[in-house]
Amino acid sequence: MASVFKKMRDRVSSTTKKFTEKINHLLYYKELDEDFFEELEENLILSDISVNTAEMIVEELQDGIKAKKIKTTESVIEELQNIMIQMVDIPEAPIHFPAISLIVGVNGVGKTTTIAKLAQKYKDEGKKVMLAAADTFRAAAVEQLETWASRIGVDIVTSRPGADPASVVFDAIHSAQAKNADVLICDTAGRLHNKVNLMNELNKLNRICEREKGEYNIHNVLVVDATTGQNALMQAKTFNDAVPLSGIIMTKLDGTAKGGVIIPILNELKIPIEYVGLGEKAEDLVTFNAKDFVEVLYQATEEINS
Amino acid sequence: MFEGLSEKFQNVFSGMRKKGKLDESDIKVANREIKLALLEADVNFKVVKSFTKSVSERAKGEEVLKSLTPGQQYIKVVNEEMVKMLGGEDQKLEISKDKLNIFMMIGLQGAGKTTTAAKIANLLRKEASLSPLLVAADVYRPAAIEQLKILGKELNIPVYFDDASQNPVEIAKKAKEIATEKGHDLVIIDTAGRLQIDETLMQELSDIDQSIQPTEKLLVVDGMTGQESVNVSKTFDDKLGITGVVLTKLDGDTRGGAALSVAYTTQKPIVFIGTGEKLSDIESFYPDRMASRILGMGDVLSLIDKAQNMVDEEEARRMEEKIRNASFDLNDFLDQLHQLQKMGSISSLLEMMPGVNKKALAGLDMAATEKQMKRTEAIIFSMTPEEREKPDIINGSRRKRIANGSGTSVADVNRLLKGFEQSRKMMKQMGNMGKRKRGRMKLPFM
Repeated sequence: MASVFKKMRDRVSSTTKKFTEKINHLLYYKELDEDFFEELEENLILSDISVNTAEMIVEELQDGIKAKKIKTTESVIEELQNIMIQMVDIPEAPIHFPAISLIVGVNGVGKTTTIAKLAQKYKDEGKKVMLAAADTFRAAAVEQLETWASRIGVDIVTSRPGADPASVVFDAIHSAQAKNADVLICDTAGRLHNKVNLMNELNKLNRICEREKGEYNIHNVLVVDATTGQNALMQAKTFNDAVPLSGIIMTKLDGTAKGGVIIPILNELKIPIEYVGLGEKAEDLVTFNAKDFVEVLYQATEEINS
Repeated sequence: MFEGLSEKFQNVFSGMRKKGKLDESDIKVANREIKLALLEADVNFKVVKSFTKSVSERAKGEEVLKSLTPGQQYIKVVNEEMVKMLGGEDQKLEISKDKLNIFMMIGLQGAGKTTTAAKIANLLRKEASLSPLLVAADVYRPAAIEQLKILGKELNIPVYFDDASQNPVEIAKKAKEIATEKGHDLVIIDTAGRLQIDETLMQELSDIDQSIQPTEKLLVVDGMTGQESVNVSKTFDDKLGITGVVLTKLDGDTRGGAALSVAYTTQKPIVFIGTGEKLSDIESFYPDRMASRILGMGDVLSLIDKAQNMVDEEEARRMEEKIRNASFDLNDFLDQLHQLQKMGSISSLLEMMPGVNKKALAGLDMAATEKQMKRTEAIIFSMTPEEREKPDIINGSRRKRIANGSGTSVADVNRLLKGFEQSRKMMKQMGNMGKRKRGRMKLPFM
């Protein structure tokens, strides 16, 4: 899995390399003075890691260097990576079957496509998958999910456009229970997290899941777009308040976006990243690995040795 | 987090306001805060550097140092530079009534191209009296064609599509023919979302571009985009020569720094912003308002605009006079209340004020405050003209009558009269101050 991720990132890592080169340059030619740390901080920020987090990382690095009396460039890089890995290394919370999963997120992050990928993945694992088209708001959202359902060959519960999403979820849960599905994945309408009414609606969907779940486990997932900036942190916080999240999926990491905003999200919310999306195909959903993520983001160790 | 930075940012400025003059170290400190604020607002790092550089250069000149209020002057420089970078004057599309206008919508997946295409068609039909034809050229995403068809039906705008075709270039060509045939003067082509590094799909866009020669190539950018906005807009612009930008999802709480990054990188105008899920939620782009949003200083300009339009100059002068000689009575109090109401809800006004912490605002019950204003109005309406002019004559029995008349209690009436008496005292003091300093009185919140 990790190699898929690394390969994919290599393809688009020109900006990443620049960062690495810059660090090397900084380390070789400059003292570890204030300028160095300031520049390091700026480079961290360039990956969408946020000013606060970048400051935090740099402070920890400075402390670490002092405490451990670090002298060599290699160990500076190692220390930097360790600090960052610690921030993103959250214990896994894998899905327990049978499960009901609400897939939530703001508009256009790739919820429906991600659901298709998840469905394919679970189906390949031999699970009985059912989908619920609870995005009754966006034009053709139901049709989009239906197309995927028939392509993958899984059951889907739909309703007419404009219907109450709560009733779709309700019906779908009972249908899943009747047909003994292992997992019910519910698509929800994209919504901006500052729309209170829409967030309340999501909360209601979750309450229905909790009430009707029977022996099913709830496993709600937030989908975050890797190109999103600092707003992603607010998204994660607000969605987590509305529907307790078991995991996060970050999409569109096949572009040049580095998705650094993952780090403050994980560090603050301690919700594990389940998968990252690296393309349009079903197999492009790969397991997240903190060490790989940090290493690939700043492939520093290899560079410095060469 | 945003609030914290915006506060810090404002602290630097308020520090400046207190001082008489600015020195270079002030500028350095202020620029560091601006830099941080912009980075938190998702403005690309390189753009931030260039921006703070030009601000420093201007600020170090005499313009700031010799001005009487350096802090204010400084904010002005920051704001002006940002407005300039965002594209200066209000920006509009070039639309011709005589020839066929062809718009091509392009961008990453999930930016909002399809919805925006429908919104623009709807807007230009209404405002420019154009006859639009929407074209479904996204043959990749499942149900993308269906989505545009539904939106077209909702708006009663024809949609050209070809379920059988997998060739966006052919679809676009055919659509152009049909538009000419049927007398449409606006064709909006919705293309599939794609990564700017996807060579094949980028080539496809070039092919569409070559074959139908669109008059506008509009890059649709998600308003929440982070540092990546530069890479995306640069590549799309390099490969296709975009003519304008549409920024979507600005009804969220993003600071929208992508606007600055994209405008700076492409030097192309931002023509529209998307502000909601309804098909009418599309607006013109105002660089000055966007600048305030990115800086986290509140929509100061809009506020000032609003206040200027609503407050009658004559009225203000009369009020000032009254305050000076302390003849301010309940009628005037009522007038002020109405002026406030004309400007909109208190919460929306407060949100536009710089330095107002939105989180703190959420804790206040604005609806209750507005209800209170209604009650105050009712009480004053239940007074006789004489009582309004001379509140001192309102005795116990009058209070009872007023309370009954306004559906409130005597305690409510007492509270209002007491509050009014206090503000009259305060105004008397302010009036005296005004005499000495010869400053013009302004509404308390301006």
